[in-house]
Amino acid sequence: MFRIYCPYCGELREEEEFHPKGPAHLARPADPDNCTDEQWGDFLYFRDNPRGLHNELWVHALGCRKFFNVTRDTQTYLIKGSYRLGESPDQARTSGDQA
Amino acid sequence: MSELQTDTRVSIMNQMPEADVTARSALYFSQAATQPVFGPGQAQVFLWEDALRGQLVIRGDASNADFAKGVSSALDLALPGRLSSSASATMALLWIAPDEWLLLCDLEQAFAIETRLRDALTGHYAVINVSGGQTQIRLAGSAAASVLQKSMPYAVSDAHFPVGKVVTTALSKTQATVRRIDSTDWELTVRRSFADYAWRWLTDASREYGLHLGQPEHDET
Amino acid sequence: MRQTNRLADGGRIDRSKPLTFSFNGRQYTGYEGDSLSSALIANGVNVIGRSFKYGRPRGIVAAGADEPNAIVQLGATEATQVPNVRATQQPLFDGLVSQPTSGWPSLKFDLLGFSGQVFGRALPPGFYYKTFMFPQTAWKFYEKHIRKAAGLGRSPTEPDVDEYDHLNQHTDVLVVGAGPAGLSAALTAARSGAHVILADEQAEMGGSLLSSRSRINGAEASQWVADTLQELAGMDNVLLLPNATVNGYHDHNFLTIHERRTDHLGDRAPENQTRQRMHRVRADWVVLATGAHERPLVYANNDLPGCMLASAVSTYIRRYAVIPGHSLVAMTTNDAGYQAAFDWQDAGRKVVALVDTRQAPTGDCVEEARRRGIRLLTGHAVIEAKGSTRVSAARVAPLSEDGQHLTGPAEKLACDTIASSGGWSPAVHLSCHTGGRPVWNDDVIGFVPGETLQRQSIAGAIAGTFDLAGCLEQGTQQGAEAARQAGYEAKPAALPTVEEPATGNAMALFCIPHEQRISRAPKQFVDFQNDVTAAAIELATREGFESIEHVKRYTALGFGTDQGKLGNINGMAIAAKSMNKTIAETGTTIFRPNYTPVTFGAIAGRHCDALFDPERHTAMHDWHVRHGALFENVGQWKRPWYYPKPGETMQQSLDRECLATRNGVGILDASTLGKIDIQGKDAREFIGRVYTNAWAKLAVGKCRYGLMCGEDGMVFDDGVTSCLGENHFLMTTTTGGAAHVLEWLELYHQTEWPELEVYMNTVTDHWATMTIAGPDSRKLLAELTDDIDLDKDSFKFMDWRQGTVAGVPARVFRISFTGELSYEINVPANYGLHVWEALFEKGERYNLTPYGTETMHILRAEKGFIIAGQDTDGSMHPYDLGLDWAVKEDKPYSFIGKRGMKREDCLRQDRKQLVGLKTKDPSIVLPEGAQAVDDPKQPVPMTMLGHVTSSYYSANLGRSIAMGVIRGGHQRSGDTVYYPLSDGRVVEAEITSTLFLDPKGERQNV
Repeated sequence: MFRIYCPYCGELREEEEFHPKGPAHLARPADPDNCTDEQWGDFLYFRDNPRGLHNELWVHALGCRKFFNVTRDTQTYLIKGSYRLGESPDQARTSGDQA
Repeated sequence: MSELQTDTRVSIMNQMPEADVTARSALYFSQAATQPVFGPGQAQVFLWEDALRGQLVIRGDASNADFAKGVSSALDLALPGRLSSSASATMALLWIAPDEWLLLCDLEQAFAIETRLRDALTGHYAVINVSGGQTQIRLAGSAAASVLQKSMPYAVSDAHFPVGKVVTTALSKTQATVRRIDSTDWELTVRRSFADYAWRWLTDASREYGLHLGQPEHDET
Repeated sequence: MRQTNRLADGGRIDRSKPLTFSFNGRQYTGYEGDSLSSALIANGVNVIGRSFKYGRPRGIVAAGADEPNAIVQLGATEATQVPNVRATQQPLFDGLVSQPTSGWPSLKFDLLGFSGQVFGRALPPGFYYKTFMFPQTAWKFYEKHIRKAAGLGRSPTEPDVDEYDHLNQHTDVLVVGAGPAGLSAALTAARSGAHVILADEQAEMGGSLLSSRSRINGAEASQWVADTLQELAGMDNVLLLPNATVNGYHDHNFLTIHERRTDHLGDRAPENQTRQRMHRVRADWVVLATGAHERPLVYANNDLPGCMLASAVSTYIRRYAVIPGHSLVAMTTNDAGYQAAFDWQDAGRKVVALVDTRQAPTGDCVEEARRRGIRLLTGHAVIEAKGSTRVSAARVAPLSEDGQHLTGPAEKLACDTIASSGGWSPAVHLSCHTGGRPVWNDDVIGFVPGETLQRQSIAGAIAGTFDLAGCLEQGTQQGAEAARQAGYEAKPAALPTVEEPATGNAMALFCIPHEQRISRAPKQFVDFQNDVTAAAIELATREGFESIEHVKRYTALGFGTDQGKLGNINGMAIAAKSMNKTIAETGTTIFRPNYTPVTFGAIAGRHCDALFDPERHTAMHDWHVRHGALFENVGQWKRPWYYPKPGETMQQSLDRECLATRNGVGILDASTLGKIDIQGKDAREFIGRVYTNAWAKLAVGKCRYGLMCGEDGMVFDDGVTSCLGENHFLMTTTTGGAAHVLEWLELYHQTEWPELEVYMNTVTDHWATMTIAGPDSRKLLAELTDDIDLDKDSFKFMDWRQGTVAGVPARVFRISFTGELSYEINVPANYGLHVWEALFEKGERYNLTPYGTETMHILRAEKGFIIAGQDTDGSMHPYDLGLDWAVKEDKPYSFIGKRGMKREDCLRQDRKQLVGLKTKDPSIVLPEGAQAVDDPKQPVPMTMLGHVTSSYYSANLGRSIAMGVIRGGHQRSGDTVYYPLSDGRVVEAEITSTLFLDPKGERQNV
C-alpha cells in the first residue's frame, strides 16, 4: 500500500485513491499515419521495465481526477516523489505545492 | 416550460417540475427500510439525508481572475482554494479539483443560480446541474469520526481534517466528497446510485456506537 | 480432575474467578487470567495432539506465538468454529470449547500414528513432491487427508455469527510490542506529545517483565509495567491495543494490526460488539520492539511431551501459577536458562539437574545455582529424552568444549520435564515483510534485522539486546528518536534502576550430538509442526540442496502455521554445518505476512454479504422490486433481467416481453447507461478524435452512434452522442464501461491534448433514462407531453428534443436499440419514478410492458446490433464487426484507433469476423461460446473457426438466432458450419447476415 503525493491536492494520500496508468512520458506519435507498423507496434506494446527508478503515470481517480507522474523505485517500492505533467522528473516532490 | 436561453452554445434547462410532481431523493427508499436502533438520547451517531439539494458542478480556471471574480459575484461566496469550502446561510461551495467546484444550494434556486453564473462568466468554463445525481448524507455525533475511520482511508483527526475542509476520497468501496461542517458534524456527498450502499455501510458501521436515524435533538428544537 | 499442577499462590490469575472449559470432550476448570495452555497444564493434560508425519504424541512446548504443537480448534457451535488457534495465545473464558486439530481420528490411537510407525522411514524429506504429486489428479485426495492430519483444523460449515471490521489509523509513532523496550519507547514518544499506538499480541502488556525475576526501581518489574501503563492510559494521544498482533508490515509504513476484541470474553461476541478488528495503520515512524523467541535445543526425542522451552516453564510458573511437571532437568547454553530451574525449585518441586553445555560458566546465575544446591552439570548436555507419551528420563552426557562431540558415557536421570534454552532468536519477522534481510550476528548468536528502507527503528531483544537495563535504555532512545522523526521534541527521561543478574557469555550450540550419527540417532526434531528432523535437513543438503530457501522448501522447514518461529534457526545451523559453512554464509530464509494466522473475518471486515460489493440502483429500482423483476448484475448495477409473471418460465416471459414490444410498446430502464456531459468550444473536435466516425457536421438537435477504439484499433465501447449545443454534447457509454470511458477521455485530454478547451463530467446518475419502444410508443408519449412536436417529420429518427414529460422537464432522444420506433426519455433522477409511473398510468391501454436486459439483448440481436464486451473481446476492430460505415478515415486528425486498425495483421482477409448464424433446426439455441468447425468429423483437436458471441430464441422470428465470429466470415455468407458441443451433439448452422429482422430499417422510421 503506497502513499502517493498528489501535486494537485498537495497531500500524501492512500494508494486506493489512485489508479496506475503505465509508464510516464509515453507520447503519442505526432503523425500516426506515417508511422511504420514497427514504430506503431513499439508505441503500442513495448515497454521498458527498469530495475530502479521508474517514472509512472498515475491518476487521482477517487480524488481530483488529475493525472500526474510518480518516480518510484521498482526494487524498493520507495517513491521519490510526484510531478505534474509538463514538469521533469527532477522536480519530483512529496510536498510544497501551493494551493 | 422552455425558458429563454442566455447562452445558445450550450443547452441549459430549468429542471424544476410542475408543482404536483413527487420528488424522491436518492435515499427515499433506503431510509424507510432502515430500523432505528437508539433514541437520540443515547445515540453517539446520528445519520440522516440532507435530501433534494440543488447541486451544480462549476468548472473553470482558478488562476483566471475573471473566473474567480465571476463566481464570487454570482454567488456572493469566495471561490474556495484547495481542499476547502465557503458557505453562506443557503449555499456551500466546495473545492473538488483545481478546476472543479461543487455548489450546494436550494433546489428551487438551482436554475436561477446557474443563469446568474453563466451571465457572470466568460471564456472557458462549464456549469452542470447534477442535483439528481448525488445526495448529501449527514453524519454527526460523538462517534461520527470513528464511523468515518472505519469507512475511509483519509485521516479524520482535528489536525488533518479541520472544520471547513473538503476531501474527496474512498468511502468503503465507493467515493465521497467529505466536508467537516462542525467538530462532530460531517457531510458526505455520494453518487445517487451508490447512495443506498453508502447508507447501508454507514448504518452498519455505526451500530456499535448507538445509531439514531435523524438529526441530534438540539437541532430539532 | 482438579487442577493438580496449580500452585497455591502467585501468578497473575484471579483465583476468585474460576472458569470451566472443555478440551477434547472433557470438562476442566481454570481461572480468569489463564491462557488455554496454562489451564491445560494446570489440569495435567500432557498430550495435545499427534504429529503430522509420524503421528508422535505432542505436548505444549512454548507459552506464546512460537507454540508449534498446541494448535486447537475452538468453538462451542458450528458457526463459531475457529481453526488454528494457538492454545498459548488464547485467553481462557467460561464455557470455552476446544478440540485437538491434529491426531485425527483420535488422540489415543490414530491411523497416521500407526502408518507413521510402520512407514516412518518411507517419508523422507521432499515427500510432498516424491509421494503426493503424481498422478496430478490424486492430489485432491491427498490434500484432503494431509490437511486433516497436518493439524490445520477445519472451517465452519455455517456462516460466522460475529461482526468484524476495519479501522483506518494514522499515527505519528507505532510501537510494536509492549515488553520493556516497547513500553519505554511508547512512554518516551508519548510524553513528547506525539500520537502513539502501542500494540501487543498478548492479553496483558508487559512481555517478559510479567515473568521476570529482575527488579525495577526497587520493586517487582510488573509494578513498573503497571505504573507505565497507567501513565500511558491517561494520555489522550496514546492508543493502547492489547490482544492485537501486528501481522503485516507493508510498503511506506503501512501496517495491519489484528485486534481480537472479544475472543477473551466468550464463544460469541457480545451484542453490538465487533469480535475482531483489523487496524490499517499508516505510521510516520515505527519502533519494532518485538522481542525474541527462545530457541530450543535439538536432541534425540526432543518432541516428547514434557520437553519445553526454559522460558516457557518460567512463564507458566510465575505468570500463571501452574507447573508443568514434578521433576525437572534443565539444559542451557546461556544464563537465561537458569531461571527455569530457580522458578521450579521455588515452586517446591524437584530440580534433578541443571545441565550447562558450557565447560566453565561464570556469573550471578551460576553462583546462585550453586548456592541453591542444585546439581549443576557443566560441559554436559541432554542427548536424548526417554519415555512413551511423556518424558520419563533424560540421558545426559559430557560434551567437548565446542559442543560437537560426546566425551564420555551418558547418565540416565529420571525426570518428567526437560527444559532447554539454546539462546534467543530476535523476532525479526516484521522487519522482513518489506524486503529487509536479517544479518547474522555472532555476538547475539542470532539473526538481527538488516538495513531497512522504512522509517523504522528497532529496540530491545529484536536488536540482540537481551539484558533488561539495555532494553529499557534502547527503548527510551528509540522512543525519543521516533518522536523527533515525527516532528516532536522529545525530552530525555531518567532511566529506571534495574536489579538483574550479571551474565556470562552464551555458547553457540544448536544440535546436541548423540552417540550415533544424526542419520542413525533417534529422531532429533527441528520443526515440530512439519516433523522436520535434523537427519532430514542433513539428507537434503546431501541430495544437493544448497540454497537455504531450497532446503526450506524441500524439507518443509518453517512451512507450518507457526512459520518456524521455533525451529528455523536450528534448521539453518544444521544445514550450514552439514555443508561446512557458517550460518552467516548460508543465510536465512525470510518471513512474509502474516506473523500469526489471521481469521478470514478480520480480513473481510464489513465487506461481506450485502456490503461485499456496492450494489448500484437506479431511481426506479424500488418499482422493479415491487413488480417482481429478477435482476442481473451489470458491473455493479442491479438491472432488471426480466419480469416473470406467475407461472411463467423464463422463456415464456421473454417471449411475452419481446412480442409486446414489437407489437405494442415496451419500456426499459436504461438509466445505467453511462452519460458524460461535454462542454467547451473544442468539444466537437475532441469527440471527433476519440470516436472513429465523423462529428464535424452533426447539428444541434441531432444524435449519432459512435465507436470508440483503443490505439490498437480494437473496439472497446460504443454509444450514442447527441449535440445539445454548438459547444455542448451528451455522450452515452455502455453500462459497464462508463467509468473507464470517462477516465480514458480525461487521460487524452490531460496528457495529449491539454490545449483543447473542454470539460467532461459524469451525469450518469443525474438523469433517469427510460426507453419506450414499439409501434405504440409515439401515441403513449403524446399522452404525456404537450410541448414536444412528435410528428414523424419534425421529430425524426436520431433527433432529440427538450420539453416536458409528465410535468417534468425532459430531454427526449429518438434513438433505437431495438429497431422499433423508440424514444429515450431523460429526466432528473429525483423525478424518475414519477415519470415511470405516469407512463404506466397512461400506458395501460397500450399494454405497456416492462422488459429487462434479456429482452433488450434479444431485440437488439434481431437487428444485429452489437454489445461491446459481449460481441467484442478486445481483438475486433470495426471492420471485423462489419461496421465499416462507422469509420471515417479521411478526418483531418488521426483519430484514436485509425493507425492501429491499419496494421498488417488487421488487414488480413481471414480475420475472425462477425456474422449471423441460423441453425438448421430452428428450435436449437446454440450455446454462447460454442466453437465452429468446417468438418465435425476431423480428429481432435479440431481446427476452430470462431465462437458464438450472442445466441437467443426469437419469438418474433419464431426461431433461434445467433451471432458469432468466423474466420473470413464476411466472405462466407450461405456456408454451413458445425458446432460440436460438449454433450456430443453437433449443431449445423448457416452463415447469414446479422440483420435477422427488418433489414431495411423501416420499423424505426415511422
